[in-house]
Amino acid sequence: MSAVTPIDVPMSDSTSRQLARGEARVEAATKRTKRRLTSRTATIAALVIAILWTTPTFGLFLSSFRPAGEVATTGWWTIFSNWGFTFDNYLQVLEAGNTQLTMGQAFLNSIAITLPATVIPLVIASLAAYAFAWIDFKGKDWMFIGIFALQIVPLQMALVPLLSLFSRGVNIGGVELFSGLNAGTSYSQVWIAHTIFALPLAIFLLHNFVSEIPRELIEAARVDGASHGQIFFRIILPLTMPAIASFGIFQFLWVWNDLLVALVFADGTVAPITKLLAEVTGKYGQDWHLLTAGAFISIVVPLIVFFSLQRYFVRGLLAGSTKG
Amino acid sequence: MSQFLGWIATLPAWLQIVLVIAAFLAVIGLLLFFIEIAPRSGKKYTIVRLAVCVLVPLIAMLLLGSVVWAALIAAVLGALFFYLDYRSKQGAGYLFQLIGFLAPAVILLAIGLIYPTIGTTIQAFQDNRSKGFVGLDNFVWIFTQPYGIRVVVNTIVWVLLVPALSTIFGLAYAAFIDRSRGEKIFKALVFMPMAISFVGASIIWRFVYAAKPADQDQIGLLNQIVVWFGGEPVFWLQNSPWNTFFLIIVLIWIQTGFAMVILSAAIKGVPAEQLEAAELDGTNAWQRFMNVTVPGIRSSLIVVLTTISIASLKVFDIVRTMTAGANETSVIANEMYTQWKGFETGRSAAFAVVLFLLVMPIIIYNARQIKKQREIR
Repeated sequence: MSAVTPIDVPMSDSTSRQLARGEARVEAATKRTKRRLTSRTATIAALVIAILWTTPTFGLFLSSFRPAGEVATTGWWTIFSNWGFTFDNYLQVLEAGNTQLTMGQAFLNSIAITLPATVIPLVIASLAAYAFAWIDFKGKDWMFIGIFALQIVPLQMALVPLLSLFSRGVNIGGVELFSGLNAGTSYSQVWIAHTIFALPLAIFLLHNFVSEIPRELIEAARVDGASHGQIFFRIILPLTMPAIASFGIFQFLWVWNDLLVALVFADGTVAPITKLLAEVTGKYGQDWHLLTAGAFISIVVPLIVFFSLQRYFVRGLLAGSTKG
Repeated sequence: MSQFLGWIATLPAWLQIVLVIAAFLAVIGLLLFFIEIAPRSGKKYTIVRLAVCVLVPLIAMLLLGSVVWAALIAAVLGALFFYLDYRSKQGAGYLFQLIGFLAPAVILLAIGLIYPTIGTTIQAFQDNRSKGFVGLDNFVWIFTQPYGIRVVVNTIVWVLLVPALSTIFGLAYAAFIDRSRGEKIFKALVFMPMAISFVGASIIWRFVYAAKPADQDQIGLLNQIVVWFGGEPVFWLQNSPWNTFFLIIVLIWIQTGFAMVILSAAIKGVPAEQLEAAELDGTNAWQRFMNVTVPGIRSSLIVVLTTISIASLKVFDIVRTMTAGANETSVIANEMYTQWKGFETGRSAAFAVVLFLLVMPIIIYNARQIKKQREIR
């Protein structure tokens, strides 16, 4: 389970309005002259918390550039008395790993797993979200609530039967309905697993956005003779792109940072970096120069995504509730 | 299907990405094309619709490796669906479009979440080979072994401490930095751990907790601080029960940022007039905070607490990476994986069911809370 989840619990309208109002103020705040309401003590307390929260990451970052001998014997806070700077840790850790895989390959695996596992659920979820928002059918509410409720099913409930489905297929009364994927060393299992596990939340969030589009707009298009396919392509997709993008960021980080699904579905040569890193932590437990560099390689992509897209990130986080 | 996926697996990784996304988009494009022409009237379109209704299930079943006559049954069902669609009250093609939009998601959810959830629930009452039913034995095993009880107690400790402490820290920090200079940077610093994977965070904290014998220089920050104050270095992750608390700190470190961002937005949403009125009444900052701000953001607080509670119930990666459950730090999600790896599928499933039961009350409470608020308005 990753740390990154948009709010996935139902929220009352008043709460979401309040959050939306606050968020709007955050964005407007740069223009207004700021009035300092906080006292000196509060600022100092905030500074202390900020330092406490940043120091562990900073220590890791600094250590990853120190020579192996220094990392093992002296603390990173003594860097000025025990000076040393090197890229060797990174070069070494990219070649390290287990018998099947190096850290560099695992990094590539992470990319190969993450990109399709981000695109596929987004497309499928936006199709379903459109149907739930703009096509009337019997049992719609009932079905939507059902999908929403699936969010409470912990991943752990689904892992093992899904794995045996992939490897052994389905037989009902001796009749083979699905022969299994027979793909032990491919990414396909982990793609499909991530796609499925992302769907309930993705459908729920995107539905909130899609249903916010003004009814007049859709109706005008219908009067002009547009079919559902055209409405989806020409109106829904362009208008909800920001929402899709911000959920896409979450899904990207979620898949990249995942360990549990990878442990079950991505074995051997297709394992992502998180899995290899978790494995290596046991093996190289005391080789801190490798661990620090390895950890930093694995967190650098999410950090880049996070810092460059922070605004969408925060907006997406509040999106579960604020409905655009 | 399996041949295609097997073939694609032999290609270089980047080519796989491109090919799979392209193949997927092509299938979706085809689907949207058929949805697009579905409602059109005329003989030609009706024939296309019929062909799609019959051929898609047939080909899909064959691709999945089904036996021929099962595929034929699927094709007949497809034809039946065409007839229903043809006679549909909303006009021919209506059902076709609806199913076109919904089918991918619904089919995936059915095979990937609904079917496995039922499967796990059944397994929880079976022995370790998923053959004979053993009644409640697996659950009895969990709740009678000291180890099993320990696992459940640990999980409960996690779910009590993490949401409360993260929310308190997040709320305090959000209040401290509210409208201060450099608010955005302050926010980014505490929010940053949210982007780091649990595995990465675990390594960061293992490094903080690292311990060396007393005669050597410490490389872990926490032990260095202990030594500076004249103490003996401690092996933080080995001494039960305190080691669980040191793992909990990691999740608090991550989740505080989440709480802070949500609560910060909520605090800014509290009407300024209320605060000014309270100020005119002569209240001090603390009183204003406790009596105006906190009640004003109550519902957001509940949302934050609920979300973090669910996250801490399911915590897995941190325990797995830092201790792998050794020294009595295991939690339900970790134990579920460990039992499964040890071929104890029944016990593993039972742990998953216990987890499910623990998540439920939180969701129910939350849903009722919202219902109550709706009634008040």
